[in-house]
Amino acid sequence: MALYEKTAGELVAGFEAGDFTSVEVTAALLDRIAASDDRLNALVTVTADQAMAAAEKADAARAAGGGGPLNGVPLIHKDIFCTRGVRTSCGSKMLDNFISPYDATVVERLANAGAVMLGKANMDEFAMGSSNETSYYGPVRNPWDLERSPGGSSGGSAASVAARLAPAATATDTGGSIRQPAALTNTVGLKPTYGRVSRYGMIAFASSLDQAGTITRTAEDAARLLAVMAGFDERDSTSIDEPVPDYVAELGASVKGLKIGVVRQHFDEGLDADCGARVRDAIDVLESLGATTVEVDLPNLDLVVHAELPSNHETLLHRSGRTGRAGKRGRSVLFAPANRRRSVERLLSDAGVGRQILSVNYLAAAAGNQFQKFNK
Amino acid sequence: MSLDKDQVQHIATLARLNLTDDEYAESVEKLSKIVDFVDQLSQADTEGVTPMAHPLDAVQRLRPDVVTETDERDRYQANAASVTDGLYLVPKVIE
Repeated sequence: MALYEKTAGELVAGFEAGDFTSVEVTAALLDRIAASDDRLNALVTVTADQAMAAAEKADAARAAGGGGPLNGVPLIHKDIFCTRGVRTSCGSKMLDNFISPYDATVVERLANAGAVMLGKANMDEFAMGSSNETSYYGPVRNPWDLERSPGGSSGGSAASVAARLAPAATATDTGGSIRQPAALTNTVGLKPTYGRVSRYGMIAFASSLDQAGTITRTAEDAARLLAVMAGFDERDSTSIDEPVPDYVAELGASVKGLKIGVVRQHFDEGLDADCGARVRDAIDVLESLGATTVEVDLPNLDLVVHAELPSNHETLLHRSGRTGRAGKRGRSVLFAPANRRRSVERLLSDAGVGRQILSVNYLAAAAGNQFQKFNK
Repeated sequence: MSLDKDQVQHIATLARLNLTDDEYAESVEKLSKIVDFVDQLSQADTEGVTPMAHPLDAVQRLRPDVVTETDERDRYQANAASVTDGLYLVPKVIE
């Protein structure tokens, strides 16, 4: 397996075993970015020199017996997160020359954990879009099919991870901006509960809904990143002061006894038949593993407005392939807590349903439902 | 309730937007849909529904009134097009 294909978990284990160094991995990923990103346009800034210096520092820390939980692991930050000394554009011409004077809390915590920033990911301008076609820096391509959108607004993050330009990327979600691009790129997207991750230094879109999360290729990596990112931050007045569970330690736990809510209205008209079938399949698998499901009624769902109504919904659905090939790959969301994801994922894989069934697409499908009603 | 072209023209003027006739037609339709949806919302039966401000019952947190910011003037000024003696210089907009 090439170095660029490894997940964050595999990198941590490989560094630990001395199989390779962060400098080697970082160089391999920078080479891959240089060789392929002109086709994807997933990155707006590549911080190659800074990345190599950080990788050297991480290797030195490890040699000295130190280093954080993500020591030496390369990743990409969505360009909505402020990065000290590095351009933070938010996908807009207005901020094209903005050099942030400080780091976002998410950036700071990941750096303190030893993560190596490779660059900044392209995104819909100010995160206001769901196709990544509104960026000042041009559209991002879906690595599975360059004619299609990777979704948005965290499309650069999702495309980078899917194309193996990095094992993980930070992302943000107001009304689907992590979950929908994850669904369209065969990656794992996690939007944590509001208040779990600090929004300090994260350029606001809709402050009471915005939340920072992750795009990775495995649920395990989502747990590894969230473990570092989550937690109280006095610099964000809406940050919640609750203990952070040990997500990594709880990976692999059983779903037996877990109660899962299934919202009846999300399966009404407007839901793509393939997506609906995949969600049903996943529910069956979870039930076979001992979870119980409860039908939940949300009679006023018609009155809910999706936070990121795209201006051109039909184009989005067409280009993203929800009605085409990507749709048939069918990503679905389950209401399983993040700390149980690994076990669910493994068992789904065994059942032949596919690992990425856990990519969070439920809201995307439901939102599609709402869009259609809204646009009628 | 629907908006008419005059109302949209007034909004466009306030927003200093120059719209073509086609864009007016589209804007009238889109903005009307939003207003219609708000009408739908205002008709919703909320009798007996307890308002929820925050799912975790969180309240606005206060902090001690102390200075936490450090002096970053030079970094901030580095982003400006034109500065002098610690001031930001901008084009004259008022005669």
